[in-house]
Amino acid sequence: MEPILFTLFGAIAVGGALLVVTRKNPMSAALSLIMSLFAVAALFVLRQAHFLAAIQVIVYAGAVVVLFIFVIMLINVPENRLPIEKPTVYRLLGVVAAGLLMIEGGLASRNFSAPATAVGEVGSVEAVGHALFTDYLFAFEVTSVLLLAAVVGATVLAKKKI
Amino acid sequence: MMGPSAYLILSGILFAIGAIGVVARKNALIILMSVELMLNGVNVAFVAVGSYMGDPTGGIFAFMVMTVAAAEAAVGLSILIAIYRLKETIDITELSVLKW
Amino acid sequence: MIAIPFDSSQVMQGIASIAPEAILVCTAITVLMADLFLAEDGKWLLCWLSLAGVLAALGEVYLLGSSRIVGFSGMITSDGFGMFFSTVVLSACALVLLMATGWSERAGTQKGEFYSLILMSTTGMLIMAKGTDLMTIFLGLETLSIPIYVLVGFQRSRMTAIEGALKYFLLGAFGAAFMLYGMALIYAATGTTKIPVLVYMSVGGGMAGSSLFLAGMGLLLVGFAFKVSLFPFHMWTPDAYEGAPTLVTAFMSAAVKAAAFAALVRVAMLLFPGVSPAIGPVLWVLAVLTMTVGNISALGQNNVKRILAYSSIAHAGYIMVGLVAGDLLGSQAALFYLLVYAFMNIGAFGVLMLISQKEDDGYDIHNLRGIGFKYPVLGALLTLFLVSLAGIPPTGGFIGKFYLFSAAVKNGYIWLAILGVLNSAASIYYYLRIVVYMYFMTPEGEVVTPHTPPFGYALALCACAAVVLVLGMIPGAVLTMAEQSVLSLLM
Repeated sequence: MEPILFTLFGAIAVGGALLVVTRKNPMSAALSLIMSLFAVAALFVLRQAHFLAAIQVIVYAGAVVVLFIFVIMLINVPENRLPIEKPTVYRLLGVVAAGLLMIEGGLASRNFSAPATAVGEVGSVEAVGHALFTDYLFAFEVTSVLLLAAVVGATVLAKKKI
Repeated sequence: MMGPSAYLILSGILFAIGAIGVVARKNALIILMSVELMLNGVNVAFVAVGSYMGDPTGGIFAFMVMTVAAAEAAVGLSILIAIYRLKETIDITELSVLKW
Repeated sequence: MIAIPFDSSQVMQGIASIAPEAILVCTAITVLMADLFLAEDGKWLLCWLSLAGVLAALGEVYLLGSSRIVGFSGMITSDGFGMFFSTVVLSACALVLLMATGWSERAGTQKGEFYSLILMSTTGMLIMAKGTDLMTIFLGLETLSIPIYVLVGFQRSRMTAIEGALKYFLLGAFGAAFMLYGMALIYAATGTTKIPVLVYMSVGGGMAGSSLFLAGMGLLLVGFAFKVSLFPFHMWTPDAYEGAPTLVTAFMSAAVKAAAFAALVRVAMLLFPGVSPAIGPVLWVLAVLTMTVGNISALGQNNVKRILAYSSIAHAGYIMVGLVAGDLLGSQAALFYLLVYAFMNIGAFGVLMLISQKEDDGYDIHNLRGIGFKYPVLGALLTLFLVSLAGIPPTGGFIGKFYLFSAAVKNGYIWLAILGVLNSAASIYYYLRIVVYMYFMTPEGEVVTPHTPPFGYALALCACAAVVLVLGMIPGAVLTMAEQSVLSLLM
């Protein structure tokens, strides 16, 4: 069952990603991003990472992309003022380099196999919570500073008057 | 039962598509979304490897990446708003006060 | 239900290992809160409050000393190496805050947000320098970067500021994604993100055959290259440096570079030996290209801030020479150089800030005409810092470069050393060009009147000059300290 579902959701994720980078209108790109993120959440479920799948939908697809959509609507660039994208040598080179990176990555991970251990309960809320508040407590604490910095920073930049 | 290499290849594809978006697009909003795609590709690798190895590190790392992605999106979008207020454009090539 | 065991000795150890960071974060929050209650004419207090916090953190770093404290299941380690870089970062931060004491009203940065962002960024730097887990390094990197993106665009009514912020942000986020993907591949290849375990696995070339591990290392290097502005990932540097308020530019050039190099040296010293046949030549080429591109681009610039930005790229190349050498001497020289660089660069930006009347146009090299003889103290100070940046004795910059290049020679990288010396000689041209404008160019019309530095500002400049001179003449103590800290890393 897993290979079929993997192919299905993997294809949706890649398709959504392609739409994000090819759409002219940022709103269509944002909606395609949601599609891609949902498909990745489904892949997380396939890998038994239920907690992360939920977070992916709530935080990523929910909060982050909604933030994007708010900003798109806030600055509301008219259709005819959207940047005109035209291919240049520099851009083409970038695409070629990224393509090479992709092939390279595929070759490197082609024969990769992890030591076969029981899948276990690493993705459940309980397991994630336990790891988060024991071994990774410090990382959790650092993110609080990070988010505080982001809040202060976003306020500084976007407020009308500071 | 399928191995983790399929997930790694998928993560590489998502990452590379995001990277293409960053280098090839001019709309700063879409560049920002492409960065989110790259981070998402990384998360696929972390979660898949973590679950195959039965190790919680991958999941926790993915969790941290999501937090960072949210923080980056907030700051990046507020920079865009500040730019748009000054210049009414989100086209990175139109920003030519400084040389790109 | 899994019970979480509570071990008070481990908790205390964890708290001890992050005590300086904790002090900084508490100060940042206090500053934010105090900002709410202070009247407009009482805001000067915020700066002194932040400075007190930084000095307290510096004191705490020395109280902890160089003994090894592993905290939070190996996520972070307070050791001699961390102590060295904490000293560099915290002194850079203290100098910048000292300059800000009498300067912020003028630059429009007399805000609680400004100081708290600087403090949070410094926290991220310390975490990055002390992190012994890839996750900690990544989170430290983000915690230092996000406030810096905002600080660059802080004067957001200036187009250059906000554009610099956008460019820095987009390329910074791009680079961080590469670093992250590298970490994911390393994790896939080894199943761990803890650096000591990675060292154990890769020692003696144990991982050299794993293409995933090599690709991961390469991507990790790309991520670091973005942060320390190595060629070809340096494009953001001049724009971000020019756009940022000069106080922030001084802070970025010294502290961000030191923190990013701290993590890079840690990774390079511990993990690159295991994969050195693959990664050594890459580092060699990166070092040479970075120096050359930085120096050549600096030649044609007329904005002093941009000249110093390109010079900072070139300096990243010099420091890479120490990493290519790859032994104790090389890393020791790199550490020493980062310390000297922090002081001389903050000093140079500090003097320029006094001379220029405003951001952007104020930093044109023509504004320096005639300053030298009319304001001899400022002229002498700027000359001292530039001479040190160029690597001419008797300054700290000379000693640093001398050790870097001799480390390269000692390890058989003769060509690298020759190219480095040639580059260094080329760089003298643009540093001395600034000096020539100051002393030998007759001004068109009035000589600009520099601002009189307030007490704290003057103190900071004197401290920078003293350190640059003292390290130029008696570098022994600091060199020993750098050696000790690299040794503590290898232990």
